[in-house]
Amino acid sequence: MKHGRTVRMAWHLLIGLIYLFLLAPLIIVLIVSFDTRPYLSFPPASFSLISYARVLHNPLFLQAGKTSLLIGGCSAGLSLIVGTSAAFALVRGHFPGRKSLQWFFLSPMLMPHIVLAVGLMMTLQPLGLLDTLAGLILAHISITLPYTTRIVSSGIAQLDRTLEEAARIHGASPWQSFCRVILPALRPHLITGFLIAFLFSFDEAVIALFIAGHRAVTLPLAIYQYIQFRTDPQVASLSVLVVLLSLVPIIIIERLINLRRAVGG
Amino acid sequence: MKVPVRKQPSWFQVLLILPGVAALVVTFLFPLLWLARTSIQPTTGHTLSLHAYARLFEDSFYWWVIGRTIFIGLLCVVITVPMAFPVALFLARSQSRWRGTLTALAIAPLLTSTVIRTYGWMVILGRHGLINTTLVWAGILAQPTRLDNGPFATVVALVEILLPYGIISILSHLSRLDTELEQAASLLGARRLQVFWRVLLPLSVPGLMTASLLVFVLAISSLVTPQLMGGGRVFVLATEIFNQTTIALDWPFAGALSITLLGFFGIFVALYQRILQRVESQS
Repeated sequence: MKHGRTVRMAWHLLIGLIYLFLLAPLIIVLIVSFDTRPYLSFPPASFSLISYARVLHNPLFLQAGKTSLLIGGCSAGLSLIVGTSAAFALVRGHFPGRKSLQWFFLSPMLMPHIVLAVGLMMTLQPLGLLDTLAGLILAHISITLPYTTRIVSSGIAQLDRTLEEAARIHGASPWQSFCRVILPALRPHLITGFLIAFLFSFDEAVIALFIAGHRAVTLPLAIYQYIQFRTDPQVASLSVLVVLLSLVPIIIIERLINLRRAVGG
Repeated sequence: MKVPVRKQPSWFQVLLILPGVAALVVTFLFPLLWLARTSIQPTTGHTLSLHAYARLFEDSFYWWVIGRTIFIGLLCVVITVPMAFPVALFLARSQSRWRGTLTALAIAPLLTSTVIRTYGWMVILGRHGLINTTLVWAGILAQPTRLDNGPFATVVALVEILLPYGIISILSHLSRLDTELEQAASLLGARRLQVFWRVLLPLSVPGLMTASLLVFVLAISSLVTPQLMGGGRVFVLATEIFNQTTIALDWPFAGALSITLLGFFGIFVALYQRILQRVESQS
């Protein structure tokens, strides 16, 4: 059975190498973020937290952080409310065209972001919404709505209807049964929907590149603009902070309903 | 005792779905229609014209750009899918207690910024980066060379960025497959390699195809990576669209380029569905 063990080891080695490749850029950025030299090089000459301190005192990055959190929070919140409301009609409704509407709600997922970005730019420009927070929030609703609708829909489909019936038999009004029975049962899906929408907005760069960049600058945009000209460790530290910030929602989603189901696998 | 839950009146359902439909019309459908409209807008006069499309298809440079875009897309597919398949296979069949964590680890990069991961590749492939330093240190190179600029760097970074999409689409297909066929084959005395070639691989074809389509479509519409890693030498439809809108400010032409990209996108989706139907009708 010695042969079998060698094959097994080679197989695990292959998997390990692919994982290494997949995580290489994030690992390297983490290592470089501790460097002190003003230019980009590997391996680092020394290890310090000085570039983290610089990031936290950089008004440009702090402003971008605030903008990103605000846009992510607003677009995820709106997308969740609108998506949840639509999900109830799409799952439980009885009306003609329900199937086509279900497709319509998923269709932005299939649209290349660059094409949508150009369309949004041409639409927002005459409205005076280019380079504004409102414009970015609107744009991010379109890319996050399919995810919130789909995640909440799958939660509604799994609901145990006997619980609602029981609540109604015991005299609860429709509104009471919605607030006391349905919403608590949907909580994991609602939280996941919000967090996934937040992450997609928080990491989105292509649409932001077209419709913002001067007055409204998000974190991915700030990093993009920075590394076009400079690649010092400060941007590595900022990247590490951004990834760490994304990691919190990722872990919560994994705990709640599992990451794979949340992104659609 | 079954108490019927009263069916909600349909006006209420319309009320529920209305905000969502409105949001999609305003932020999705209308921008796309407006894009198509802009692409046939004349520079002078009021009649619609196709001059932007004529300019695009008469210029051999843009044919070259289209070819280049498809070539980079196919290259990404050919490298990414064979890398995603073993990982998906491992995750689908593993009995390890780390399986959940490893699955999350393979998907999590999908939810981190493309800009940051492209930046990571700039550090790895850069003049003073990991690869150059190692090669010079090992005496293979006398001087560091430029690896971080051009088609090579673009494809490497794109493969890494798209890998989670490949893994997730193959994995979701594999986890729907029955393991009975594989077990039957092994019981009948087939070797592991035979099980792989004769049973597992043919059964995985639809999953591999979905992964290929997804990777291709995302590769041909990616902007950030070719823009940052191309060093101004990678011309694809996405970078041309960006240049036309932000530098040349020729919006009808940018519109025509976008619609062209969408057209190729549609052609490949249709092709994929035809092939998938044929594959499924055979098995």
